[in-house]
Amino acid sequence: MAGVWVLVDHEAGNVRKVSVEMLTRARQLARELGQMVSAVFLGSGYERARERIARFGPDRVLISEDPVFEETVTVAQVDTLEALLKEEGPEVVMGSSVPFTKDVLSRLAARLGVGVLADVVDLNLEDGRLVGTISAFGGATTVRAALKSSPQLILVKPNSFVPEEAPSSPEERRVSATVSELGRRARVLGRVVQRAQERPAVEEAAVVVSGGRGLGGPEAFRMLEELADLLGGAVGASRAAVDAGWYPHTHQVGQTGKIVSPQLYMAIGISGAIQHRAGMQTSKTIVAVNKDPEAPIFSICDFGVVGDLFKVIPGLIEEIKRRKGA
Amino acid sequence: MEIVVLAKRVPDTAAEKRLDPEDKTLDREGVESILNPMDEYALEEALRIKESRGGGDTVTVLLMGPDSAVGAIRKALSMGADRAVHVRDASIHGSDAMATAYVLAQALRKVPADIILAGAESTDSRTSLVPAAVAEFLGLPSLTYAKKVEVGEGVVRVHRETEVGYEECEAALPAVVSVVKGINEPRYPSFKGIMAAKSKPVEALDLASIGADASRVGLAGSRTEVLSFQPRPPRQKGEVVKDEGDGGVKLADFLQQRKFI
Repeated sequence: MAGVWVLVDHEAGNVRKVSVEMLTRARQLARELGQMVSAVFLGSGYERARERIARFGPDRVLISEDPVFEETVTVAQVDTLEALLKEEGPEVVMGSSVPFTKDVLSRLAARLGVGVLADVVDLNLEDGRLVGTISAFGGATTVRAALKSSPQLILVKPNSFVPEEAPSSPEERRVSATVSELGRRARVLGRVVQRAQERPAVEEAAVVVSGGRGLGGPEAFRMLEELADLLGGAVGASRAAVDAGWYPHTHQVGQTGKIVSPQLYMAIGISGAIQHRAGMQTSKTIVAVNKDPEAPIFSICDFGVVGDLFKVIPGLIEEIKRRKGA
Repeated sequence: MEIVVLAKRVPDTAAEKRLDPEDKTLDREGVESILNPMDEYALEEALRIKESRGGGDTVTVLLMGPDSAVGAIRKALSMGADRAVHVRDASIHGSDAMATAYVLAQALRKVPADIILAGAESTDSRTSLVPAAVAEFLGLPSLTYAKKVEVGEGVVRVHRETEVGYEECEAALPAVVSVVKGINEPRYPSFKGIMAAKSKPVEALDLASIGADASRVGLAGSRTEVLSFQPRPPRQKGEVVKDEGDGGVKLADFLQQRKFI
């Protein structure tokens, strides 16, 4: 059975938003192609994921909760997918364009001798051919690209599609895990949580509040965290702030950090050097606060305030609280 | 122990990057090239592993790219790599990530390696696909996005970065390990290092000498195809106000009007 497959990105059954974004787009594409959508769930926690997956309308879910997926690194997923692909021959396999899933599709592509499109932000059928849109060079260039091989492996960036529910009662098929000797050669010894994830990840958040050199030190990031929490967003940081050790580099936005494209990006005390713009310029709305009226960030923002961020941001926080309370 | 670092030559971080309208590959005309900053972390880690083990190991830099990539190779040698292998061949031009990984893997069949280190991404194409694909082509385990690396007897242990912390993993050697920014502070080449780099060996290999199938590389051999591209239209500059004590309120007005509040 050909089809469009979506590799569900989840953490112990907590389904990430990117997965339902992919399921939404997969459903639309499958309709045009006259094919079925299968969600592939590997790892523990399917009961937790079940209802959320079904709400986004796959025709079928392939499930393996074998502990090997948590005990080993990458290859067991590749081995299992390879076996399933051989059996079923889907036309398209979509995964989230985030670190660990990139490894899975990269290895799968190498093993099958096919290509993989990474960092896709839009996916359309053009004369029957699947064409991915990729935002290159930090959004400076928009590229249309396609695959010359099959199955078509596609990595989709979070926030690329708007999730639309279409509840279904998918057929659930339990499949067995396949693990090669290679798959046993890399093991997970443990997982360590160093910080509670009370905020969304920078790459997935609809709102990102970022701080730069103008913050003057790590303390001011508490203020940005409060603002981010009021807006339901994540906190980002410029390279200058990260290099100064004010905020963890996992939050760095820019060419040598993460590339984000949220609904709202707030650049606070960030001048907007090209290396930073490369990480955020495709954001839908950009707001800037900076004391330097000549800061380049003001030339790309939708709304800017020239002023002291230590006055403007507390004022904004108070105002948001007041309006929310009203 | 043989330590190999995969390196890439990329346009300078501060440069505006664009594609060549002719063949839709990266246009390097008039753009300064550098060693991929992410690979500097991998090289620094390689040098630290060597130093921590008494200095008897060999650190080899493996780079695929045109003749002009020699500047990036020199940089790596001046930081302290012992030798370099430069894969260059006219038919490589335009290779996508998977084709690049294939060539690097083929070269690694000729270059002994107990551990292969790489930056987790390049600052130009940023796909992060290459390290895992190289491992797969060679039938090796891979531990990617490491923020801590420890080499033991026949084994490598790493902390793989996650959103909330890390995953502690172990792989049998030989293995491929990619590292993230922040794992270390890459050293600056010393004057002595720069001078020494001039006499360090750089071995040139072409596709034939590594037994690579030319039909799998280059623009034609890549399984991805760029159909078209266009520069993103410049953003329209919006309203910029001066804070007269009401900056926060004005900002709140804007956010409310756009329905963020």
